[in-house]
This record gives sequence, C-alpha cells and structure tokens, in this order.
Amino acid sequence: MTSAVSFQKVSRHFGSVRAVDAVDLDIAPGEFFAMLGPSGSGKTTCLRLIAGFEQPTAGSISIFGERAEGVPPYRRNVNTVFQDYALFPHFDVLDNVAYGLMVKGVGKAERHKAAEEALSLVRLPGYGARRPGQLSGGQRQRVALARALVNQPKVLLLDEPLGALDLKLRENMQEELQSLQKALGITFVFVTHDQGEALSMADRIAVFNDGRIMQIGTPEDIYQRPSTRFVADFVGSSNVLPPDFVQRYSGQRRWGSLRPESICVSNATDGDGVAARLVGTNFLGATTRLALDADGLRLHAMVPAGIPLPAEGEAVMLTFNRESLHLMDEPA
Amino acid sequence: MTVAALNSNPAPAILPGSGGMRGALSDLLWRRPQFLLLLMLMPPVLWLGIVYIGSLFALLAQSFFSIDEYSGLINRQFTLKTYGDLFQAANLDIILRTVTMAALVTLASAIVAFPIAYYAARYARGRWKALFYLGVMLPLWSSYLVKIYAWKLILAKEGILTWLLAKLNLSWLLDAWLSLPVVGGNSLSVSFTGTFIVFVYVWLPFMILPVQAALERVPGNLVEASSDLGASPGQTFRNVLFPLALPGIVAGSIFTFSLTLGDYIIPQIIGTSRLFIGQAVYSQQGTAGNIPLAAAFTVVPIVIMGFYLWGAKRMGAFDAL
Repeated sequence: MTSAVSFQKVSRHFGSVRAVDAVDLDIAPGEFFAMLGPSGSGKTTCLRLIAGFEQPTAGSISIFGERAEGVPPYRRNVNTVFQDYALFPHFDVLDNVAYGLMVKGVGKAERHKAAEEALSLVRLPGYGARRPGQLSGGQRQRVALARALVNQPKVLLLDEPLGALDLKLRENMQEELQSLQKALGITFVFVTHDQGEALSMADRIAVFNDGRIMQIGTPEDIYQRPSTRFVADFVGSSNVLPPDFVQRYSGQRRWGSLRPESICVSNATDGDGVAARLVGTNFLGATTRLALDADGLRLHAMVPAGIPLPAEGEAVMLTFNRESLHLMDEPA
Repeated sequence: MTVAALNSNPAPAILPGSGGMRGALSDLLWRRPQFLLLLMLMPPVLWLGIVYIGSLFALLAQSFFSIDEYSGLINRQFTLKTYGDLFQAANLDIILRTVTMAALVTLASAIVAFPIAYYAARYARGRWKALFYLGVMLPLWSSYLVKIYAWKLILAKEGILTWLLAKLNLSWLLDAWLSLPVVGGNSLSVSFTGTFIVFVYVWLPFMILPVQAALERVPGNLVEASSDLGASPGQTFRNVLFPLALPGIVAGSIFTFSLTLGDYIIPQIIGTSRLFIGQAVYSQQGTAGNIPLAAAFTVVPIVIMGFYLWGAKRMGAFDAL
C-alpha cells in the first residue's frame, strides 16, 4: 500500500540553519500522526513541506505516491488548520468555510450547502452569518477545521491545533478531533509541543529534535521505551539515569530511563533500595510529584495523592521494579 | 546578593509622595485621567475649531453671496446665483477636466504604488525597509517647486526624455502620442500627459504609505491559507489581498484625489493653458476679484470628496478596518 505521506532523506536548510535534516518518514493512509518536539525542532517545517509552503533543499516528498516537489500548495489536495486559524476577517463564517469551493468554481447555492454541512460536522450549525471576530477561540478553531474539511482533503494538517485553547476546551477538542478522524477516515498529521496531546490522540508519534527524528512509534512505545535521553526527558519527563547507576541494577553500562510513577517512596531508612532525601513536593491534583536527591542524582517520583508523605528534607528509601528500568539504545 | 539580603528591604509598603506642586499634580492627573485628556486636547481642538473649521465656514458663507457685475462689489445677501454660475459651460468644463485628471491620477498612483507597497510590506526587512522608507520619503523633503521645475526640464522638447527616446529610436512613438487630441501637444511639458505624469510623481508617496500600512496588517498566513485552500495567486490577490488592502488604497486615493482636485501650481507650470479648479479659484479670488465664485469653486472638491467617501463606504472599503 502506498503511504499517505512519504519523506525520503528530506532536508530543508535556511542558510546555515538545518531546520529539517535528512528526515525519512512514512505516514500510513487513515493514520492519526503526531509530530512532537520542542520549538525549533523542525516539526512545523515538516508540516509546511507537506502543505507546500516550503520546498525541500534535498530529498523527495510524495503524497499518496505522487511526487510533490515543486508543486504549489494550491495544487495539493492537502489542507491545513493554522495555528492561529488564519480565518479571513472580511468574510463571514459561511464564506470562510466555502472559500475552497468558491475558488474551485462551485456555484453559490451548492457551496453554501456544503459549508453548512461542514459547520454542522464541527457542531457550529447556524453560525454562518457571523464574522470571525465575533467568535471565541474554540469556535474559530472549529471554523478553521470546517474550512479545511469541506474540501475533503487527502491529508489534513493541523499546526498546534489546541495550543491557544484553555484546558477544558482542549480536552473536549481532543476527543472531538479523534472521533472526527475515525468517522472521516482522513489522514491527520498534527504538530504539537505538548507530549500529553500527542500521547492521547495519535496512533503514532515522531519525536523531533534539531531537525531530525529521534524516534517514531506508538504512544506506548515512545512513553515506555524511549530510545534516547532526549525522548525520555521530553516525553513525560522521565528520570534519565546515568550508565554507572544503571550498571548497579541491570549489569549493563547503558543510559536508562525510569518513569516517575514507577518509583516507590518509603520512610524506611535501611533495607534494599536507593537512599535519597526529599527536596520538594508539588501537589498536582490526582498525584503528587516528589523531587528527590539520591546522592547528587536528581530524581522525580509520582505518587497518588492522599497517601502520607515524609516531610521535606527527610531521608527516604526509593524502590522500583527492575523491569520498569528501561535501557536506552544511546551508547554510554 | 543573598536570599537574606533580598528579604530585608527596609522600605515601607506605600511610598511617600514626592511632595510639592509637581507631585500633587502627578497624583491628581493619575486619579483623574479625564482631566489629563482635557489638558492635552484643549489646544489642538481650539486650533482646529477656530482657525481651521472657522475659516472654512467663513469661506463657505462667501459662496452664498454674489458679485455685482457692474461695480465689482460683493453683495452680501443670500443667493444661489453663484452656484448657478458654476454650471456655465466654461466652468463646468473646468470641473470636468479636473475630476477626470484626479481620477486618472488616482488610478495610476494605485497601480504603480501597489507592487512597491507589497514588496515593502511582505519582503523588505531591516536595511531594505529603511531604504524603502528613505526612497519614498526623500522626494517629500525637497521643495515641491524644485521638483516641478525639474520635471519641466525632463519633459521639455529639448529635455532628457526626448533625447532618450531618440537614442532608442522611439521618437515616432512620442510624436504619435503628442499628435493625439486632448492628451497631446507641442511637447510633453505643455500637454495634459505631462501634467498627469507630474501629478502621479508628486502624489505617489501619499498612496504608497497607506497601502503599505494596510498590507503590513494583513497576516502572512491569510495568503498561505488562501493558497492552501486551492486559490491560485491571481485568485488570492482578488479575494484576499485586494479587499484587505482596499482601506489603504481608499485612504491613499483620498490624498491623491483631493490633492489633485485642489492643486493650482502643477497645471500652471506643466500643461496647457486650460484651467483646473485650483487655478480657477486662484484667478477668481485674485485678478477677477470674484470671491463668491472662488468660494463656490472650492466647495466643488469638498462635495465630490463627500460623495467619493460615501461611495467607498457603500462598496465596503472600510469593512476590513
């Protein structure tokens, strides 16, 4: 089966800056794919390469088997939901949504009908006569989504789609995007710097850093089995353990990662475990995050809220299951 | 500085006033911002209200008087007779000529200004942007008369333009153009074409700057969004860029249109002997001593601009503001 989007050794350099550097990538049709990374990691440039706003310096891009280099954005059956929505301020909502059909020459009645349907799809029926300026952030987001979906794109690109929304709306939108994607079967590619968003929505995630892909895998893969220190640290702020420490517990001199929730903290002062001192606590609602100092090694542990905690500055004993200690590919 | 040092600030939570008149005044103005606003606005409002609007109304009032054709004295009684005089064939001709010229100058300025403004708003950065502003503003720093006389030399029969066209073997083109009725003449410097060229040159900065400001406010991602949704560059221009730049074009055209309507120096120095509104006003209030008719002539551009703005608003030129 041909990939929805395929990158072969794609680079995009801006002068001496390697925004994207020899990236290989295959996105399957119908997949919900996330590109995750810190700002400046090249994930947005990759999205813009798929949309056609950027052209690769080297390498080749194909979309559903067709070569895309040199093809302008308006000849790609790919649509984008922009980070700040980019709604046309001089059109009402209906004409915004119908814009793609208008430039293709679809008649007024027909395109307005399709736009109404798209607005119902994103649960904004009857909002057509309003101006973008009269809508809330969440509503604008939905209009931007409807405006892209009305063209029935082969691939839908979303640039930080939930970045500007508050927490409650963001959770709603996550569920809606997922169910929309399942119902429509369109390939969704979204860019985010929020690992929680990527883990909860995507079928697969590519973690970017410095213009390269560090790891591609399912959310479970990325979370449980990070391949590099960067991935372990960036996705869910895992404890990164130095080779000396790992050798004591696994026998191998490799970098390791340990999830904060895998660490048990007890008041015991002797017995088997890692002696540490409690440095600080952060109450997070369902859980409490503990900052620990194990002989100079800074660790974090996540414990359920409500259990009695030692006081700050007290000595504690840390224990963990050896299976939960993950060894990374990265050489020591 | 240690943490302890940071924590030992001896200052009280509320600082004492600085005292004296100035301190009291600062506090008062902070507590009563309306008072500050009043202080700031009073001088310009007085200036505008009395000196500017007042003199304008004095002028308008003059247009409702009439002149006694035998004695040349002004008859200070309300009459619409002077406005009636505007509709005499010779005067109507002047109005029509001026409005046509102003419309053509505005159109040409908009066409020339758009690409320059687009480049400045979209592509020019840093030193190139500074160079753009310098290039646009520089002509405004030199004297208006110097520029017009310079153009007279450029456009003259013995001028550089004729010479250049001759070198390029294009003299026939110039001769053909000059032999046309209305726009032609003995040389460019004594034709309406010359008047037109100089008007466009002199008012161009007033079109470029507002269009550039309007384009600067159009987020770049709207152009990308349009392209993403399948619009060709031409469609993006028609559907997105042009409508969003329209307030700027209208603002610029207010300058180019009204400045052309009122100017009396350019057509005097470059062009034919046929009059424009500005020249008519000048000669009526000067040599002819017919101040009521001069006043009535000045009302014409005001009325035309009123209609122009009303039409622009109806076309939706200000919707994107």
